[in-house]
Amino acid sequence: MSVRGPKRPRGYRRLRGADFGWAIAFILPYAAVFFVFVVYPFGYALWMASQPSLYAELLADRSYLPAAVNTLLFVGLGVNVKMFLAVLLSGFFLCPRWWIRALLAMYVLPWAIATTQACVSFHWMLQQEGLVNGLLSALFGIEGPIWFNNRWLGVGANILVYIWKWMPFWTVIFLAARIRVPRDLYDAAEVDGATGIRRFVHVTFPLLANLYLLCTLLSTLWTIGDFTTVYLVSGGGPAASTHVLATLGFHYAFDASKPALGVAAVMSALPVLIPIVILLMRKLQTSEIEL
Amino acid sequence: MSITLDFPSPAPRRYRLRRVLSEAGLVVLGVLILIWSLAPVYNMFLIALDPEEGEIEFAGNLWPPEPSLESFRSVITQEARYLEDFWHQFGNSLFIGLLTMVLTVLIGSLASFAVSRMRLSRGSLLTNAALLTYAIPASFLVIPYFRIMHSYGLSDSLWAVIAAQVAFAVPFAILILQLYGSLIPFELDDAARVDGASAVQVFLRIYLPLMTPALAVVAVYALLLAWNDYLYPAVLLAVRNMTVAVTQGQLFSDTDAEWNAMMAAAIIYVLPPVALLFALRRYVAASLTTAAISI
Repeated sequence: MSVRGPKRPRGYRRLRGADFGWAIAFILPYAAVFFVFVVYPFGYALWMASQPSLYAELLADRSYLPAAVNTLLFVGLGVNVKMFLAVLLSGFFLCPRWWIRALLAMYVLPWAIATTQACVSFHWMLQQEGLVNGLLSALFGIEGPIWFNNRWLGVGANILVYIWKWMPFWTVIFLAARIRVPRDLYDAAEVDGATGIRRFVHVTFPLLANLYLLCTLLSTLWTIGDFTTVYLVSGGGPAASTHVLATLGFHYAFDASKPALGVAAVMSALPVLIPIVILLMRKLQTSEIEL
Repeated sequence: MSITLDFPSPAPRRYRLRRVLSEAGLVVLGVLILIWSLAPVYNMFLIALDPEEGEIEFAGNLWPPEPSLESFRSVITQEARYLEDFWHQFGNSLFIGLLTMVLTVLIGSLASFAVSRMRLSRGSLLTNAALLTYAIPASFLVIPYFRIMHSYGLSDSLWAVIAAQVAFAVPFAILILQLYGSLIPFELDDAARVDGASAVQVFLRIYLPLMTPALAVVAVYALLLAWNDYLYPAVLLAVRNMTVAVTQGQLFSDTDAEWNAMMAAAIIYVLPPVALLFALRRYVAASLTTAAISI
């Protein structure tokens, strides 16, 4: 995902009058959108969250620290488990079988399904008398738990749904990259006795490492900002113990009518976000095509 | 081969056993993946096909006792409770989705053409700015956004939602278009310019036609982003004007809702994007491959 355009031809010359005008005209719509709908709201958010007393209020709030912990868990587990399984599963989908190819179409379905509807379905599935507990009692004779009455079950359910929704997307990305690994590399590895897990550790994974790192960074950014999953699966309950920062900010702003506090809650994630963005941008600038 | 026939050594048998075992392992994994992927979809149908409304869905049933399509009928005719405005809201979803799509493709292609084909110095500043948009998750800006739209007099306006979606869809569009655009040789542009074509003509006659696959991907991406988003329409729109996604999210804990009808509506709402993705899967796969390779 290198950001630079194609190599410029040698006879590079400055833009002449009319062309320069057109170039500016072409860029103007996006520049306007960027400043009016991204920069301005961001500045507004910083201004709203600039009072130090807000952060004292946050720390004093009972729900804030649990939400910060939940966000860490949600991002840490949600991103890493998803990425690791995605890499492994991309290997499974490389197996040359007709039924595995058919299965891939089913497997990417979660990605195509609207998040809201999927989350609502999960929410009902995990009700006390829902499908999951129905299956548990039919198959094992266990009485299932009340999923959303326990903080850790609720957080776990959120993470699980998040993985369900986004794992297919990353699997397809890794699959696309792995298809390009030259066949003879594997043949050579096999001659040297690297098969199975060894082949994965010493051949496949080093080749994918750069892509893996970039995808993990990008996914971390997106996961920190995820709102819908938590809001619609556990809803933040019980007793506001499963919120993440994005849903807690929403809760402060629209349920408790404290918009400034809500903005402060989400802005408190900036110290984590900014290093990731800097790292990502540097990676994108330096990374050359490897595969 | 012939040697193994003459002297059946233990090695081939072990090899065969291992192959059977690994094949069985693949099948087991396949079945698990199938269950994992389809369980929530199955659950939607389980609830939607149940003719009873109210609490009956949650009796631990694994299969509706008397499946019927009644709930789908009541959604389509807008008889179900809370779904009186279903088609109006469906239209809103469609309007927001289509306009987001058109504006994203337009703004994104103009900007990436100017940056990558018109030799604009410092053009890379723009793409970096676009990337910076992803530094701030969309959900973090919704509160200031709500305030700002209110002061613009755009509260409860579909345009406010469209503006937000476009702002967050264009950066991705610029990235994909630049990746794909780097495959098109500069000589084409130069040849056209020598023949006297203006910048606008190069854009319309050369750039756009050659970029069609990437434009299709960007269009689908923008459409799905807007169609599936929950947060921005929920915050910016009033109840009657909401999109289908929002109504369903808002009523999910309402015990008065007819849940079979709600799930039927969910299935109807989910189908168009699924159909679209499957229809365009070739383009989508191609662009994902491009993206994965160029990272």
